[in-house]
Amino acid sequence: MQLNINGEVREVDVSPDMPLLWVLRDELHMTGTKFGCGIAACGACTVHVDGVATRSCQALAGDLEGAEITTIEGLGNPDALHAVQAAWIEHQVAQCGYCQSGQIMQAASLLSETPNPTDEDIDYAMSGNLCRCGTYPRIRAAIHSAARSMGG
Amino acid sequence: MSTLKTFNRRAFLVGSVAVAGGVAFGTYLVQRNPENPNLADLGDGEASFNPWVRIDANGITLITPHADIGQGAASMQAALIAEEMDLEWGGFTTEFGRPAAAYWNTAMAGDGAPVLPWDDSFGARAMRSTVDSLIKVIGLQGTGGSTSVPDSFTKLREAGAMARETLKLAASQRAGVAVAELRTEAGAVLLPDGSILPYTDLAAEAARLDPVQGTPLRDPSQWRLVGQPMERLDIVAKSTGTQTYGLDLNLPGMVRASVRMNPRKGAALNGFDASAAEGMQGVERIIEIDGGVAAIATNTWYAIQALDAIEYDWAEAPYPADQADHWAALEAGFTDETFDSEWLNAGDVEAVRPDAAIIEAEYRVPYVAHQPLEPLSAIILVEDDQVQVWTGHQMPRFVQQQVAAITGHDAEQVVLHNQYSGGSFGHRLEFEYIKQAAQIAMQMRGTPVKLTYSREEDFAQDIPRQITLARSRGAVQDGRVISFDTQIAAPSVIRSQMGRINQAVPGPDGQLAAGVWQQPYEFENARVRTYAIEGLSPVSSWRSVGASANGFVGEGFLDELIHAAGADPLEERIRLCTLDDVSRRVLEAVGGMSSWGEVLPDGTGRGVAFVHSFGVPTAEVVEVTATDDGIRINKVWVAADVGRVVDPVNFENIVQGGVIWGLGHAINSEITYSDGIADQTNFYTHDAMRMNQTPEIFVRGLENGHVRGIGEPPVPPAAPALANAIFAATGQRLREMPFWNHVEFV
Repeated sequence: MQLNINGEVREVDVSPDMPLLWVLRDELHMTGTKFGCGIAACGACTVHVDGVATRSCQALAGDLEGAEITTIEGLGNPDALHAVQAAWIEHQVAQCGYCQSGQIMQAASLLSETPNPTDEDIDYAMSGNLCRCGTYPRIRAAIHSAARSMGG
Repeated sequence: MSTLKTFNRRAFLVGSVAVAGGVAFGTYLVQRNPENPNLADLGDGEASFNPWVRIDANGITLITPHADIGQGAASMQAALIAEEMDLEWGGFTTEFGRPAAAYWNTAMAGDGAPVLPWDDSFGARAMRSTVDSLIKVIGLQGTGGSTSVPDSFTKLREAGAMARETLKLAASQRAGVAVAELRTEAGAVLLPDGSILPYTDLAAEAARLDPVQGTPLRDPSQWRLVGQPMERLDIVAKSTGTQTYGLDLNLPGMVRASVRMNPRKGAALNGFDASAAEGMQGVERIIEIDGGVAAIATNTWYAIQALDAIEYDWAEAPYPADQADHWAALEAGFTDETFDSEWLNAGDVEAVRPDAAIIEAEYRVPYVAHQPLEPLSAIILVEDDQVQVWTGHQMPRFVQQQVAAITGHDAEQVVLHNQYSGGSFGHRLEFEYIKQAAQIAMQMRGTPVKLTYSREEDFAQDIPRQITLARSRGAVQDGRVISFDTQIAAPSVIRSQMGRINQAVPGPDGQLAAGVWQQPYEFENARVRTYAIEGLSPVSSWRSVGASANGFVGEGFLDELIHAAGADPLEERIRLCTLDDVSRRVLEAVGGMSSWGEVLPDGTGRGVAFVHSFGVPTAEVVEVTATDDGIRINKVWVAADVGRVVDPVNFENIVQGGVIWGLGHAINSEITYSDGIADQTNFYTHDAMRMNQTPEIFVRGLENGHVRGIGEPPVPPAAPALANAIFAATGQRLREMPFWNHVEFV
């Protein structure tokens, strides 16, 4: 099976029913995408599929051939930060940090659809992403900050 | 004056770790410092002046032995060393180091000794010193009880100063210049002629010197790092998906495992039928372990699929099957047989004046789960002469002991590679997942095995916070609260937790009274009694432990008394707060921050709560509005005194997170049992706070008291402040968590 991940075609030999999450983590060792709940209740595994924020624990590998998949590793990296990542650093959002890949992927998707979100827009888009440490005040501030830096 | 009437001095309860009494130790043992563990594998030309600093020609490594479970412990520890060592921020790497007695926790005695936190009398100091000595002798390395900052604050600056002065001595000898003429800056010694000798160039020479000891620490006015906002060392990695957690490690030749344990915690596996699982895609082996079954596969998902296909025959739970029976045990639990201790007895609560108004109430606090977002995992490789363990844990030396007991090695042969954890909240004080991984790895000798829990398994096996029932009685007269009497029944978290690693704990459990008995209020009549209920669910330390329940018990009921007296909730607390000046200033600060007393719109109300826990007086004001869609939390103001705020940005973040933790679980979360199994199986039935419920939270750190940590203290006041605010807004008094069983929230 061939999957297009971060602009590269990757060949994997797995059950077509395997969720993308486990292809990324255990087959390709791309561990920036996190396993949290396995049932789309926490958002830690959020990636973009054809530009749309998607829970990779519910997206089956067999359904994704031909789709463009972007993970946190493809969004930006320490040497070339995405504006959302830069805002996350500026606001010192992370505590344990385990949910933040998913939060950042969700926020990047929000900003691509709604360049200048209100607090209500943020509540609506981000409430599916659980942060057990409670960094929500900083996530909110970082999203507003990223919106400004992206010209929203 | 409130005084201690009776308590049992046989036992010292050390944070979440209890140390059995009767241990004999002499002055020699107490004064002897444990060996520097870095000396065991020091390279050629590498220097280690103390357990926290390693340096060679290639770089500087700071050992940060307190586990980083999200609270920023690695950055905090590094900052304290770098402050005195004159290192550029980030001009070094950090490691958690090997488990060692040298990293014994010098602060756990603060909360473990049964004395009031502001008591600086000779007797109190002697008590703390005794506990301190015991912790040192047994080499207790641990992260917990909000002790990382107080343990590190002086010790690690001394370690940095020792390194700096030894490197200066090496430079002095090389350059022939007196030490007094040398300066240090950005990881280098500066000579009077302007030339620069990087520390890394001096390492080999410094390694041959005796470390320079006894250098006085700098005055706070000279600090460059401590007290300033710092960029956390892990912030870039945690913002780019490049931070590696225990769950992310991939070792060569590693196989992946998951387990299905008896969901009746601690009960046996009678039998199982794995015929449907064998032969499934990716599945390599099905293994029986104590109390459950492990599936070994090439991919974690295959392992979980295999476990779903197995049929299990589980034994009955060793505790009541249904939740109602847990409550019934507490209701019947106020007896001479279950009596654990009397922590406070002032005046005479039984004989208050006949014209006083008497108020009685019962408070209930449910079991609740830890559930950090990173599921529990551990990698273990068993070989003949050593065992390697990769996982995040707060008690590294106990991990060695627990694994060694299973594999038959000596504890010293167990190498723990401690990892960054995706949260803990007390979950990574438990050992069950590591013991299971060790049992699996024993059957896979020579192959690294990574055990990963599914979220459902994590919920099923999560040993919850103690359930609590409190019966309180108070009296008011002439507009004042004159009597406060609370009796608390709960399982002993200390005895339950230590029992799981086979350590007996004599004497009373201080956590049963934590959050109530150390309140700095002076009542004319006051009493706090605790009752330890056995035979219920195993229980575990959950962020702020006893105070997580008792803060609500005490401050909810006090609010009832104050309203009955017709007094102002903040003013009456300040009036009562005569035992500790630092606490009183915290209450005054939160009043000022929130403009307490200003006129609010109809349907809006504010509540205040104050809890002294882990040595930190913390006051919170919550403002709510009753809307057509339910209660909306608008704002929270928090004041806490930690003596010294090491990093104001991280401090604010941790306090906000603690408030959200306290509020979210008070509103939304409980664990209940049916047929011995937790009813809640994933986040949708045990949700804490989400973005849409999160209020604005304003934080102030005060610096009048002793140096303390902030991980846990923001939690206990959150629930009572919210309940008190809901009463102010609606007239409805909440005496039982979770609140959503009683009121609607937006």
